[in-house]
Amino acid sequence: MAQAVEQKTEAAALTSPLVVNNIEVIYDHVILVLKGVSLEVPEGGIVALLGANGAGKTTTLKAISNLLGAERGEVTKGEILFRGERVDSLTPNELVKRGVIQVMEGRHCFEHLTVEDNLMTGSYTRRDGAAAVAESLEKVYHYFPRLKERRTSQAGYTSGGEQQMTAIGRALMANPNTILLDEPSMGLAPQLVEEIFEIVKALNEKEGVSILLAEQNTMIALKYADYGYILENGRVVMDGDAAGLRENPDVKEFYLGLAGEGRKSFRDVKHYRRRKRWL
Amino acid sequence: MEFLESILVTPFIEIWESPYYFIELVLVGLSTGVLYSLVALGFVLIFKASGMFNFAQGAMVLFAALTLVGLMEHGLPLWAALILSVATMVGLAFLVERFMLRHLVNQEGLILFMATIGLNFILEGTGQLMWGSDVKRLEIGIPDQPFDILGGKVLLNTFDVTAAFIGALLVITLAVFFQKTPMGRALRAVADDHQAALSVGIPLKTIWIAVWTIAGIVALVAGIVWGAKSGVQFSLSLIALKALPVLILGGFTSVPGAIVGGLIIGVGEKVAEGFWGPALGGAIENWFAYMLALAFLVFRPQGLFGEKIIERV
Repeated sequence: MAQAVEQKTEAAALTSPLVVNNIEVIYDHVILVLKGVSLEVPEGGIVALLGANGAGKTTTLKAISNLLGAERGEVTKGEILFRGERVDSLTPNELVKRGVIQVMEGRHCFEHLTVEDNLMTGSYTRRDGAAAVAESLEKVYHYFPRLKERRTSQAGYTSGGEQQMTAIGRALMANPNTILLDEPSMGLAPQLVEEIFEIVKALNEKEGVSILLAEQNTMIALKYADYGYILENGRVVMDGDAAGLRENPDVKEFYLGLAGEGRKSFRDVKHYRRRKRWL
Repeated sequence: MEFLESILVTPFIEIWESPYYFIELVLVGLSTGVLYSLVALGFVLIFKASGMFNFAQGAMVLFAALTLVGLMEHGLPLWAALILSVATMVGLAFLVERFMLRHLVNQEGLILFMATIGLNFILEGTGQLMWGSDVKRLEIGIPDQPFDILGGKVLLNTFDVTAAFIGALLVITLAVFFQKTPMGRALRAVADDHQAALSVGIPLKTIWIAVWTIAGIVALVAGIVWGAKSGVQFSLSLIALKALPVLILGGFTSVPGAIVGGLIIGVGEKVAEGFWGPALGGAIENWFAYMLALAFLVFRPQGLFGEKIIERV
């Protein structure tokens, strides 16, 4: 059994650059948040990590980008491999240099810096010269023309959508191959969410960037992703192709709000959920 | 009534009547103000980058000056002593990161503050242990001669002017460093949101060392100038207390605020001493800055240039 798991991981490591293998995360030495999460992000794929508030999406992303330490969290079991290297032995700085960068939930722009300075901070780890960095900046402005218009504004005074674009653009400046994108839709108008996802998709297709996307908005995430994992209480309860998940009656009911056959009574739902969880 | 007149009316008439004396006081005030700014700058840099109020800034000024004087007493030429002192301050930055900051990540502001009080004692102790505690003369070759401008009506001192010039130069260098270099940009980014800075690959360790190094060099320059003016002694660490009102006036988070605040306090206390001093019994210089700071705390707590907290609604 153990051997089979090992073989599976090895096989996965060959195909996917990013592999998360059965991790457990504990905050402050007592609060168990992730109870065994496994997933993988294939080269050039968009993988969605879905689930309600508090399911463990953000924690999973932070475990990968190794930002948990700053919040007194730690991975106590399992392992996360990026191109065969354990990420817990790397600092966030080294991970960014290897091309893994996180766009944090809630934008986290540098409010008192201009939009352009914000973008430029993303190039901190670059060692390939000013010309290459300038080229990346142009590329970011090409994908986000709106940022070019606001390049000299203080980021704190730009709109929520522009801040989200700044945050994504800033990550792009590091020349990444894998972006961990946390709740890009948070607090944005539906039209803007659509616009941002279109750009993310374009980045994925044209620049070949792999994307691991944590989203509460299941509908839009499954529209753009190739594959999805559903987290519930720190466990992966379901995974599959995005198309398959979209059609799955359980996903439809619990995450897309589309009931298949009329309304269910409260008691039925409770029973159903309980059964589902032990599955 | 007479008293009110003596503080509300007479000083202004005197200023009107003796403008050259006023100008002289302003210029002297500016040159002292630059030095206040320097000390305050050290505070602001560390506060911005690590949210830490560095109680030990004054001790760093003393420590840096003592190191320089001590090395020169051992017969080293000025330039060699300077280089070694800078190296000492860089070393100090590394030690502070290694033994203090690294273990205090994510701690409350108050705990960080207490740690700097500890650092304060360590620096004062080791400084005096290594170099002794008697007043030392620091001779760095800045000429100290009075000269006059505006046709002999305003008397100035070459030392004050040189000191102001050195201070201004350092301030400009720092401003350029912060605004134009990638490292400066990273420092500003960390000051804004250190989590986000971490997420784009800016290593906090490097940033902290950089900030403490800069604060150390600022302390060294302040120590040299103050030390050359009034001797290197224990009281040097007390000029940090003068930086406090400067910070309140300028705002804890603002580099321009520290500079302008220092100049205002410098000029304010000299002018107040010169014109209001006689009516109030003199020695205003000692408390004027604190009174001004108090007024600011009441009416404008974020200071003149303190960054407003940007809040979107």
